Amino acid sequence: MAFYFVQFLTGLASAASLFLVASGLSIIFGVTRIVNFAHGAFYMLGAYMAFTLTERFSGALGFWGGIVAAALVVAAIGVLVEMVLLRRIYHAPELFQLLATFGLTLMVQDIVVLIWGPDDLLGRRAPSFRGAVDFFGQNIPSYDLFLIALSPVVLGVLWLLFQRTRWGVLVRAATQDRDMVAALGVNQKWLFTSVFALGVFLAALGGALQIPRDAVHHALDLRIIVEVFVVVVIGGLGSIIGAFVAAVLVSELNAFGILIFPKISIILVFLVMAVVLIVRPWGLFGKPEAAARRTPGLTVNPWRPLTSGERLMSLGALVLAAMLPLFAGNYALTVGSEIAIYVIFAASLHFLMSVGGLASFGHAAYFGLGAYGVAFLAKAAGLPMIVSLLLGPLLGLLGAAVFGFFAVQLSGVYFAMLTLAFAQIVWSIAFQWVTVTGGDNGILGVWPDKWASSPASFYWLSLAVAALAVAVLRVIVFSPFGFALRATRDSPLRSEAIGINGKRVQWTAFVISGTVAGIGGALFAYLKGSVFPDSLGISLSVDALVMVLLGGVETVSGAIIGAIVFKAANIWLVSQTDLSKLVLGGFIVLMVVAFPKGIVGTLETIRNRWRSPEKKSALAMSRIETAE
Amino acid sequence: MSMVPTLLSVEALSKSYGGVHAVRSVSFELRAGEILALIGPNGAGKSTCFDMLNGQNIPDSGRITLLGEDTVGRKPRAIWRLGVGRTFQITATFPTMTVRENVQVALVSYGRQLFNLWGSTAAYAREEAGRLLDLVGMGAYAGRPCGELAYGDLKRLELAIALANQPRLLLMDEPTAGMAPRERIELMRLTARIAREQSIGVLFTEHDMDVVFEHADRILVLNRGSLIAQGSPEEVRGNPQVRAIYLGEGLVYDARHREGAGA
Repeated sequence: MAFYFVQFLTGLASAASLFLVASGLSIIFGVTRIVNFAHGAFYMLGAYMAFTLTERFSGALGFWGGIVAAALVVAAIGVLVEMVLLRRIYHAPELFQLLATFGLTLMVQDIVVLIWGPDDLLGRRAPSFRGAVDFFGQNIPSYDLFLIALSPVVLGVLWLLFQRTRWGVLVRAATQDRDMVAALGVNQKWLFTSVFALGVFLAALGGALQIPRDAVHHALDLRIIVEVFVVVVIGGLGSIIGAFVAAVLVSELNAFGILIFPKISIILVFLVMAVVLIVRPWGLFGKPEAAARRTPGLTVNPWRPLTSGERLMSLGALVLAAMLPLFAGNYALTVGSEIAIYVIFAASLHFLMSVGGLASFGHAAYFGLGAYGVAFLAKAAGLPMIVSLLLGPLLGLLGAAVFGFFAVQLSGVYFAMLTLAFAQIVWSIAFQWVTVTGGDNGILGVWPDKWASSPASFYWLSLAVAALAVAVLRVIVFSPFGFALRATRDSPLRSEAIGINGKRVQWTAFVISGTVAGIGGALFAYLKGSVFPDSLGISLSVDALVMVLLGGVETVSGAIIGAIVFKAANIWLVSQTDLSKLVLGGFIVLMVVAFPKGIVGTLETIRNRWRSPEKKSALAMSRIETAE
Repeated sequence: MSMVPTLLSVEALSKSYGGVHAVRSVSFELRAGEILALIGPNGAGKSTCFDMLNGQNIPDSGRITLLGEDTVGRKPRAIWRLGVGRTFQITATFPTMTVRENVQVALVSYGRQLFNLWGSTAAYAREEAGRLLDLVGMGAYAGRPCGELAYGDLKRLELAIALANQPRLLLMDEPTAGMAPRERIELMRLTARIAREQSIGVLFTEHDMDVVFEHADRILVLNRGSLIAQGSPEEVRGNPQVRAIYLGEGLVYDARHREGAGA
């Protein structure tokens, strides 16, 4: 009994940090409507900063002062980020806001390694909380008790701040209707900046307070952000009470889940999240999202199928690509195969994003599931390559069918957070379930059959599958189903009023997209000869998003160009620098701010302007920044 | 009159929000080919009533019988499948598609081709879409991006979309809101003409009394959730209770006064 009680207290102590970070995210979202993906990065920076400051200054004052000072320093960095970056994208579609803050996260990952090195750092214990309290033979670290007491105090302070101060009243007013608050003469800029600073302060404090419990390392950011997303999805985005209750719930589920399913404790959290989403899609304490901003929607360029000339040109490009083995070496052909596979992957996400308006932040899950599907079939069942290739993607289909069912119940930022959380869950299963997946060691020896084993024949295979996948997706875009999907994206109200079951249409699209991603993953497994949890990881999901964005979200097939350019640049970049995340992150941020239409979108705009100069004003620059 | 079938029958419909009776025991009927206006001051319960009829809101009590079927608790898309067309106070169309494609999507849904992955939408029911657009006078705009249309044209496009399922009943929430006076009259004349020709019943809410008295066959007057009067325009105009509510508003309307302006 005592053991379970101690386990319960450990859960409560873990909830403290989670609550601080989640409440910060909620406060920022409430006012600015930005889901700050970089929140995990600020948490991690808080931990690193606190490590340095508490090492430098001794004594109790040095420790506690260091913790608070670390949070303040990071908050100041947050202010800088808000002023330089976020102010430029408050009116951009939410996809771009998520991507820009994700770009920041990538940059911070490399920056902390540059400053603090790649190794785990063990922080100081808190003065006067070094020992443990004995409870019927079980030890509870006294620092845990401190943390347990802290979170209700923070909750109370936040409550007083929002209920009893003039600033708090303004923040609550802005949460309800920021345009009205602006119309009343409140300086919005500084209100937004101060709210962002408070949110970042809370995140950094959450990180700083963890150093006596946990080692500081450069993967903290993604770990916490996924948990925080789960917390705000359960608690309801924008609700501080919701963040508190859900943080406790998730931490307790983790604490006891470990006892029930030691290897895959995250399953329990997932099940609870699924139940909450079915019963209350906006979270326990959340309110339904006001009319979501449309995700694509920078221009109004009606789509049309290719003309016969363009079809001929695409065919010509394909023939040219197929001639690569005539003059390129084996290395170039392997790179070519990889690019073709990434084209499949990017095209699958592009279909979901541009046609469906559903920005999946965890699309690698279905790519990776396809890869694992092939690995299981080829290694465990010993099936020939062609059979594995055909059946392997079914695992991606299955995953997309299960997760997609829940994900399409939500839209906008909730959809993005949920898909990310699902992908992370699949990743941890692949990582932790060592007996089946090989864990970190992956599954090795997935080699193609003889007919496809030479680099040239594998390249031809990948190219053919890529061309087929892109062509099929294009047909679907212009099919009645494609239009139904666009209809649900353009106007949920109208599509429901003309008899379209939007959720079912979106679910079908999710399954199609996940299956195509799985086909890419299946080829990838044979290309690499192995499968690792990486092929389900967040960074691969983000790569896909960047490829889509680079090509142009609102084009029909921009992702093809995006994938080719991105993958080629990426392979080159990794060979040139160790700081590829920093460069990539900076590139994403720059692209969102300066170049939101992507390569193909920009080319189309230029072409339209050139073709019909008399329509220039109407077509070229008709921006819908905030729809409705 | 008894030969004309009843399209919509509402019995003792009620809805309250935390003690406030938004709609209190409202009953009325609508027959094929009839144009029925639902009027009342702001907060009278028109929108609540309307939302319950098209499935966006569930009544606390009462019955709604649409084309012979009890529709309480059904989703808007299920009600659409019964043969109900719908326009919105603020137009809802698909801005990234062309005008024709907007109508084609509705036709795709009507033809139950929503999950057809392989056909070509551009070729689907092209003539039918063109016919509907011609009907509302938008034929010349068929190839234009919907996002470029003026507001009055969007309203006409919405009407074409609403007609795509060959509806027996049209539900129009403030069809002329946000339009210039001349456009209002044109849109309502068009609606009335189509309704009479195809024997479609129309229920609409409206604030503009000129529109109401010129086009409605019958008028329902809601006040504080209750139906306080219903009848022909003349009967309603003569009702002292209605006059008291609308003192100073459109009820000073005079048919002769309007004649010159409407042509």
